[in-house]
Amino acid sequence: MIPLSWYLILSAALFSIGLFGVLARRNAIAILLGVELMLNAVNINLVSFWRYGDVTQMAGQVFAIIVFAVAAAEVAVGLALIISVYRTRKTVVADELDLMKW
Amino acid sequence: MATETLIWLLPLPPVLAFFLIVLFTNKNKAFSHTIGVGAAALSWLGSMVVFFRALGVEHLGEHPFASSIPWLPTGETWLRIGVLIDPLGAAVLFFVAWTIFMIFLYSVGYHNFGQPEGDHDRPGLQPHGATVTDEHGHKHVVPSVEPMYSRFFAFLGLFAFGMYTLVVSDNLLTLFVGWEIMGLCSYLLIGFWYGKESARNAAVKAFMTTRVGDVFMLLGIAFLYSATGTLTFREIFTEEVLHALATTATPILGLSAAGLIALLLFIGTVGKSAQWPLHVWLPDAMEGPTPVSAMIHAATMVSAGVYAVIRMFPLLTADFDGHTLTTTMSVVAFIGAFTALFAATIAVAQNDIKRVLAYSTISQLGYMIAALGIGAYVAAAFHLITHAFFKALLFLGSGSVIHGMEHGVLHTGNHHVDPQDMFNMGGLRKKMPITFWTFLIGGFALSGFPLITAGFWSKDEILADAFGHGHWAVFVTLAVAAFLTAFYTMRQITLTFLGEPRTKEAEHAQETPWTMTAPLVVLAFFAVTYGWVGIPEHFPLLGGILPNWFHGFVGSTLTEEPEALPFNFIPLMTSLVVALGGLLLGWLAYRNVKTPAEDKLQIPLLKNKWYFDEAYDFLFIKPAYWFAETFVYKWMDKGVIDGILHAFGHATAFLGTWIRAYIDKAIINELMGDGSARLTQWFGGRLQPIQTGRIQQYMLASLGVLIVVGGLMFSLLVK
Repeated sequence: MIPLSWYLILSAALFSIGLFGVLARRNAIAILLGVELMLNAVNINLVSFWRYGDVTQMAGQVFAIIVFAVAAAEVAVGLALIISVYRTRKTVVADELDLMKW
Repeated sequence: MATETLIWLLPLPPVLAFFLIVLFTNKNKAFSHTIGVGAAALSWLGSMVVFFRALGVEHLGEHPFASSIPWLPTGETWLRIGVLIDPLGAAVLFFVAWTIFMIFLYSVGYHNFGQPEGDHDRPGLQPHGATVTDEHGHKHVVPSVEPMYSRFFAFLGLFAFGMYTLVVSDNLLTLFVGWEIMGLCSYLLIGFWYGKESARNAAVKAFMTTRVGDVFMLLGIAFLYSATGTLTFREIFTEEVLHALATTATPILGLSAAGLIALLLFIGTVGKSAQWPLHVWLPDAMEGPTPVSAMIHAATMVSAGVYAVIRMFPLLTADFDGHTLTTTMSVVAFIGAFTALFAATIAVAQNDIKRVLAYSTISQLGYMIAALGIGAYVAAAFHLITHAFFKALLFLGSGSVIHGMEHGVLHTGNHHVDPQDMFNMGGLRKKMPITFWTFLIGGFALSGFPLITAGFWSKDEILADAFGHGHWAVFVTLAVAAFLTAFYTMRQITLTFLGEPRTKEAEHAQETPWTMTAPLVVLAFFAVTYGWVGIPEHFPLLGGILPNWFHGFVGSTLTEEPEALPFNFIPLMTSLVVALGGLLLGWLAYRNVKTPAEDKLQIPLLKNKWYFDEAYDFLFIKPAYWFAETFVYKWMDKGVIDGILHAFGHATAFLGTWIRAYIDKAIINELMGDGSARLTQWFGGRLQPIQTGRIQQYMLASLGVLIVVGGLMFSLLVK
């Protein structure tokens, strides 16, 4: 059986890639994708801990489903925002969206 | 109704009328006078019931109608107030009720009720007349109604309340309350036409002058209360109290307590009854409407002063042995006799019809005061009442004459003719017959026309008393004053009514309406008949036909009834000679006089009232003004008090400026207020650059902080 650590390493790697995408990419859609990666890395963690712990306890799976739902909602809202921004400012580059700056 | 209850209620209707008129019916003239006259009529009716019930009680002097209630707690005891009608009170109530009722009625006509509103009348000024057009298109000027008609009746009501209160009260305190209410009303009514400066000044003068007397009177009341612990007449006039007061010595002039209290109370009367030296207000008070002159200066208020002395007579004579006058009594007798003569000399030289009567009033009041000074109790009370009737009659008559003359003035339109100047009149007997006959009766009563008029009997009684007790100085002075009285009265009648009209206005004078003549007729009736109730028993021929009811009735007020004097021909002859002689001489001297220049008696000294006004102006008023304006205002107020206040002001202002400059501005505003703001601003400025607005930088920063905090927690907690 594949040891738990492998899953955790995969998950950590995926999270790091997502985090890097969020921090480094300039395109807002790419940032949103990075966020999705990070959410799914968490899901891998949740599911793998469920599988290697007490299988009768359903908490890990349930949490994973909640994260799916949140991710779906987030994508819907996030994309809508980005489209709206694009319509008014003709850009989706995060650095150029600096209205809040003093 | 029980008589006592009725007496309590007597003063009530006029004061209710006052409030009703002031609060509700002020706008409606007819309502107001109905309420006013109605209230006077109610009080009159009540007074008559009380008077006739009093007549029916035997020994009323010992068992008067009296009732009282505890009113003001003073330590252990109660100050009681109440009502008292003894024979004196009943007799006074009789004339007060009649004269007040008559004056109310007269006022309706005097203020031209039923006439149109004036063309340009204003409140505070006498009505000037109104123009009306008759059916033929002719324009006439007719008298116009008084603009403040309702107000007049309200004041008159309050005044009547004061007088009734004074008469029915059984103690000095409520007597004084009534006394002061009348003082106030006197002020309000003399200054009724407040648009005239002379009226305003006269009102202030009357108020201030009587105030001088009132202060002393209040002192007397306070002394009496502290000495006896009571102000109720019946408790003071007991043997023990009077004896105690008469034997207590005081440090002033060697007077006994009784003498000093009586003197202080008498000074109050000097002010109220316009005796020398406080007589100056009364002639000026003629500025008021004529019913007021009649009401205040003849029938009620000035009589109240004399009434108060008559009331306090037992106190005045507490240490009187029956022969030598005490100091207080001498003072009273001197002031009375002097005033009687002094005022009579002035009256001779006056041309204003009302002023003659004003001085005559002062003179007649002097008579009563002199009578009281020599202990002639009944004679004084008798003259008080007869005088009230004939003087009210004369004043109302003179008002009627003035009213008639004003008619003439309105007819000719010549407003420069003074309708009160007797030299503008003459021949009015044909134009105003009722006024003439009633005025003649009043004038003869004032002169003491023998046998038929009331004035003769009362004046004769005073002279007889003075003669009988050997007070020669008083007797001679009063006899001369009586002569002058007859003289100026005849002068007045001759100038006003006899001869031919001297002006066009007098030719067009008109008789006044019934509301004015009816009171004249009623008062004329009393001016004649009231004398008959006091004819001395031993008088030749007439004595004994009618019982001397007055002497017995009023005399019984005192515990020791005064004895009737034996008859003597000398005072009788004297009063006959002075009355008839004065009348005859007055007629002879003035029947052909046409102008003031022909009048031999227009001596400047008399014309100018012995320069008393000027002397008082110089002695009291100028110094008072100097004291008020220069000393108090300029020096004390402006200099000292304002100086101190300004010093405080400056010091506080300096302190304030200093605190503002060095504490408020420097520390609180600059350092703390502005300082904290500037500090925040500085920090904000420094922190501004990290506020880039780029979300990825914020996240990176968050990540950095997370790593640092996480690292720290890991290294600190996990190990």
